[in-house]
Amino acid sequence: MITLYTANARIAVQTQIQYRAANYFYMIGMIAEPVVYLVVWSTIANANGGSIDGLTAKDFAAYYIVWTLVRNMNIVLTPFAWEERIKDGTFSGQLMKPVHPIHEDLAQFMGWKLVVLVLWIPLAIVLALLFKPSLSPTMLQCAVFFFAIWGAYFIRAIMQWSLGLITFWTTRVGAIFEAYYLSELLLSGRVFPLVLTPHWFQTLTWFFPFRWCFSFPIVALTGPIENRDLFIGLGMQLAWILFSIGLLAIVWPRAVRRFSSVGG
Amino acid sequence: MAARGATLQLGGRLTVSRSAHRPGSVRLTATFMRVGIMNEMQYRINFFLQLLQSLLNVGTALIVLAVVFSKTNDLDGWTRPQLLAVMGVFTLVGGIIRTFIQPNMERTVNEVREGKLDFALTKPADAQLLISIRDVRFWQLTDVLVGLVVLTVALVQLESITQWQDLLAFVVLLFSGLISIYCFWLMLASASFWLVRINEVQELFDGLFRAGQYPVGIYPGWLRYGLTFVVPLAFAITVPSEAVTGQLAWQSVVVMIGFTAVLLVLSRWCWKRGLRRYGGASA
Repeated sequence: MITLYTANARIAVQTQIQYRAANYFYMIGMIAEPVVYLVVWSTIANANGGSIDGLTAKDFAAYYIVWTLVRNMNIVLTPFAWEERIKDGTFSGQLMKPVHPIHEDLAQFMGWKLVVLVLWIPLAIVLALLFKPSLSPTMLQCAVFFFAIWGAYFIRAIMQWSLGLITFWTTRVGAIFEAYYLSELLLSGRVFPLVLTPHWFQTLTWFFPFRWCFSFPIVALTGPIENRDLFIGLGMQLAWILFSIGLLAIVWPRAVRRFSSVGG
Repeated sequence: MAARGATLQLGGRLTVSRSAHRPGSVRLTATFMRVGIMNEMQYRINFFLQLLQSLLNVGTALIVLAVVFSKTNDLDGWTRPQLLAVMGVFTLVGGIIRTFIQPNMERTVNEVREGKLDFALTKPADAQLLISIRDVRFWQLTDVLVGLVVLTVALVQLESITQWQDLLAFVVLLFSGLISIYCFWLMLASASFWLVRINEVQELFDGLFRAGQYPVGIYPGWLRYGLTFVVPLAFAITVPSEAVTGQLAWQSVVVMIGFTAVLLVLSRWCWKRGLRRYGGASA
């Protein structure tokens, strides 16, 4: 199994490194998003006498620059890919293999991340020079961050892989996926740091996997966060990973049973 | 190589006969639009699904706006109803782009990679015109509907009486802004002649386009210029929004019209240069 992962990851590295221009296009498009949020919130903080809810412009800069790394780690197979896979017959081939097809996807996206990480560094330096973040994590925070970004990857990858399986029941999946993404946008800390939201809203986010994929890894590095919360966060990530594996175990066999291909 | 030479000669001869019975651009566009709409009309339920998606999107944007304004009364001088107006224009412009511009440009990028662009190039009409009108995603117009509703609500909240001059300026500037966005997309699509695999170009555009949700004035200088003269979002969204909320300065109009004209020439040049690099699949 480890060989399967390393082999697939290596293929992904070799492939993606050839498409540097495409990868940069992708990343610049992606980085535009947090820059918008960052500008909006620092404008408000500055107009408000330097900070809102204890966050200064420099804190927002740290939050959204770490955001770009977390977001890169968060890139997973889009659920929209299933439509294409079923239509063009790729899926039939995947079914023939002796291992669960999710492993191949997980491994390839992990490999891609190594390339993305290298390409990300210059962009992060430019953003840091432009927005001057204040960031001073402890050793423990750095260690937790390292695990948290992978935890976020696995939650998001397995959840969205399972979500994509809806395609086996209906082809009109656009609105469903859109609703999922927009919930994620609001409940994850992707648009605004969750500390800015009302208390009831913050409680609500505990019932969804989203905050463990964005807010938690980001705040783990930028702070302020108690040591206790760092471990609670990792625990919650583990719980959601187990939950998503359980979900997949239930949905996958039923989805495959619905699949029929022509001449596949 | 011999085969390639022959194709080129054929292309040359086609050029000669082309001018004799080339259909008018307007008629050609109208025909393509009609076929496109007829195609989309077969899937009527998509209208409701698309409408649902538009509403979800706007709902999310409204929540974000509510969080922003729970912390402040104005964003760099823009009040809540003014920002709502910008959001309306943003949704509307996004809808028009996704209906008419984006599907064509994405198709072109893919066809360059797959070598299928031959089918468009061998037709006796201007290639740029042809690749710009082949597809129309009619149901995306739900965003235009929703955007117009948001804009109307904003104008009512602003309680300013919008003059007919303002509305006229809005429509003219919106049209001009859309042309500049079209030119920008055409240049991105032309880049595929050099870079080959740029499916990600759509992600790039979508990402940058989000910045238009807010008036470009709030961004720091370098970004403001970027969003004006590199990605012309200022012209497509901010300036028309200023027109409809009665904040328009005539200088912006002059710069905008001039810049759009430059973009039209520049993008055509990029397209022609790129076309010369195109190899095709059969050649």
